[in-house]
Amino acid sequence: MTALLIRDLRLAFRAGGGFGLGLAFFLILVVLVPFSVGPESALLGTIAPGILWLGALLACLLSLDRLLALDFEDGTLDVLATAPLPLEAALAIKGLAHWITTGLPLVLAAPVLGILLNLPAQGFGWLVVSLALGTPALSMIGCFGAALTVGIKRGGLLMSLLVLPLYVPTLIFGAEAARRGAVGMAVETPLLLLAGISLGSVALLPFAAAAALRMTIR
Amino acid sequence: MPLTLSDVAVARGGVPVLSGVSFALSAGEALILRGPNGSGKTTLLRTIAGLQPPLSGDIKGATDTVAYAGHADGLKAMLSVAENLSFWAAVYGRRDIAPALAAYALEDLADRLTGTLSAGQKRRAGLARMMVTERPIWILDEPTVSLDTEAVGMFAQAMREHLGAGGMALLATHIDLGLEARVLDVTPLRAVRGAIHGASDEAFL
Repeated sequence: MTALLIRDLRLAFRAGGGFGLGLAFFLILVVLVPFSVGPESALLGTIAPGILWLGALLACLLSLDRLLALDFEDGTLDVLATAPLPLEAALAIKGLAHWITTGLPLVLAAPVLGILLNLPAQGFGWLVVSLALGTPALSMIGCFGAALTVGIKRGGLLMSLLVLPLYVPTLIFGAEAARRGAVGMAVETPLLLLAGISLGSVALLPFAAAAALRMTIR
Repeated sequence: MPLTLSDVAVARGGVPVLSGVSFALSAGEALILRGPNGSGKTTLLRTIAGLQPPLSGDIKGATDTVAYAGHADGLKAMLSVAENLSFWAAVYGRRDIAPALAAYALEDLADRLTGTLSAGQKRRAGLARMMVTERPIWILDEPTVSLDTEAVGMFAQAMREHLGAGGMALLATHIDLGLEARVLDVTPLRAVRGAIHGASDEAFL
């Protein structure tokens, strides 16, 4: 299992591995927001938590279609499916590798981008906490979506259509926690629900993803 | 434990392609599948490897004993040959990749990125992967594609050592490897269309 994690991380940092793509997309998206809604700092401060969460979610989505598609094309998935490592564990590890290379950099970059959007000072901590709790769910749900569509040529768009509705609960509670943090309200309820979604996804979705993958690699 | 197939039927894309496949393979034996394109050799091999369920019939002795090599090599272009083989060795719980490198004369290529190798060199690295699995049953689908005569010799030698050590092998190939192997021609086993029920994917639609 460690070998798979190390391999996926190593591949992400090699040429064409896509590390930093999501991060760069997040950066550009957030920089574009003041251009589109205008430089009014009060308005930007109000919408900042929501924009940052939406940006993180889209950045996560962007890198999903390479999560399994590359392994499918070069035959790695066939070999993994016949290897001693259970497919469920392999997919959980791939989800984790995706989170480390995409979700974690987003969490770390979010406070910097919060400054660009004039996020109130008290909201920074809660923004990071909510993203740290929510992005594992984004990676794992994405892994499930990737497993469903991996056999389809150019299945990226279909995967986005399947995955985005599944992201809705994570987005609602994540953005709500960040918003409440920014205006100084109690954040426990949305944070707990967000953590629940993440834990549930991490616990259950590897099994769903493995079941879906067994169908698609037939 | 021998590999036993009894009255196995397989389908590709919902269409039954082979039926009534029965054979047994015991330690040290190899079986070569022959048949025209589209006769179901690949489908049969994938079914035995456990990548898809058979339509009917029983496959015994294939659980956690099979190393599968399909048309694609399962190697990452952006990793070196040694990194690829070490990864698969670790997945199968092994450490030492030196014998596999030696068997296919890959020592000089070990540090090259797999993506920069020629098709034949890549295939050799893919076949070396079978050795690091140390699994008793090798399932190989057209293993000699893009190999030159010398590399085919390396492959035949590796096969002989594998069989000599009590391994088993199932191959779909048209090249004579000089192995003492039984040949199964799958042409007469072609499934009659519509004769088998349950082949379609209706249950999932």
